[in-house]
Amino acid sequence: MNWILQPWPWYVSGPLIALVMFLLLYLGKNFGMSANLRTLCSLSGAGKSCSFFNFDWKAQRWNLIVMIGAIIGGFIASNFLSENQVPAINPKTTAQLHEIGIDSAGEAYVPTEFFGEEAFSNPKTLLLLLVGGLFVGFGARYAGGCTSGHSISGISNLQLPSLIATIGFFIGGLIMVHLIFPILF
Amino acid sequence: MKSLIYLIVGIFFGIVMFKSEAASWFRIYEMFNFQSFHMYGLMGSALAVGVIVVQSIKRKKMKDTSGNEIKIQDKNKSIPRYLIGGILFGLGWALAGACPGPMFVLLGAGYLPILVVILGAVIGTWLYGMLRGKLPH
Repeated sequence: MNWILQPWPWYVSGPLIALVMFLLLYLGKNFGMSANLRTLCSLSGAGKSCSFFNFDWKAQRWNLIVMIGAIIGGFIASNFLSENQVPAINPKTTAQLHEIGIDSAGEAYVPTEFFGEEAFSNPKTLLLLLVGGLFVGFGARYAGGCTSGHSISGISNLQLPSLIATIGFFIGGLIMVHLIFPILF
Repeated sequence: MKSLIYLIVGIFFGIVMFKSEAASWFRIYEMFNFQSFHMYGLMGSALAVGVIVVQSIKRKKMKDTSGNEIKIQDKNKSIPRYLIGGILFGLGWALAGACPGPMFVLLGAGYLPILVVILGAVIGTWLYGMLRGKLPH
């Protein structure tokens, strides 16, 4: 049972992600997490001013339940299935991050500079988190899906649009890390 | 009863995202620096199994639990929509270090500032809804 407390290798986790996709297909649904963001907009009343959000959100209730499950899963994994899990990232990556002031690299699951309590008292961090979220939400809906809907489900179905979207995800990520991070940090 | 099944699938998904470190900002940063095979292996092996699963579902005309044939909808043909939308998504993914699944996993793991990312993502989705008539698709 000890292996469960260790980080799970990619060759175990990857097929398990495919299993999640299969289970949802088998239940007559599909694997697409960003659809929940649209449903959350509808729940907040966005349907009154915009037809894009004026749909029967109850048809997406199952997906909201999956989302709530993901929250519970995160709680269980971090509290009961991990012993202070710190990703064993490349020492080069760690050194690079220390250079730009992200000192928690190699010591935490996510940067405490962004996701620790101290983030709430740092306006720059809050703004970056908000903008990051904005791009994720806007981009996912514009592209018609995110990593789950396009990169996993879409490409598994050999859909060209999903391959184009995934190439876009990578172009965007590379621009952010290599061209914009040097300005931000 | 079905709700409970969805909840269990979600919990399982959340645990896999956390334990595989796909929900770690550091892993995303490392991936975009090409400094580890981890994330590529994760997506690659998910896809290798995923392609086989989906292609066998189609070939065998497998039915879902309600007895309907499993159909995966084709997406509309377009390039700008997927490329521009994809690039915008990628910018946010690398900055926030979380995509729409892991965001909620991190919330459960207790990293409360992720709420700001989730709020941003909901506002971003809403902005898209408001502007979509004016965007190239």
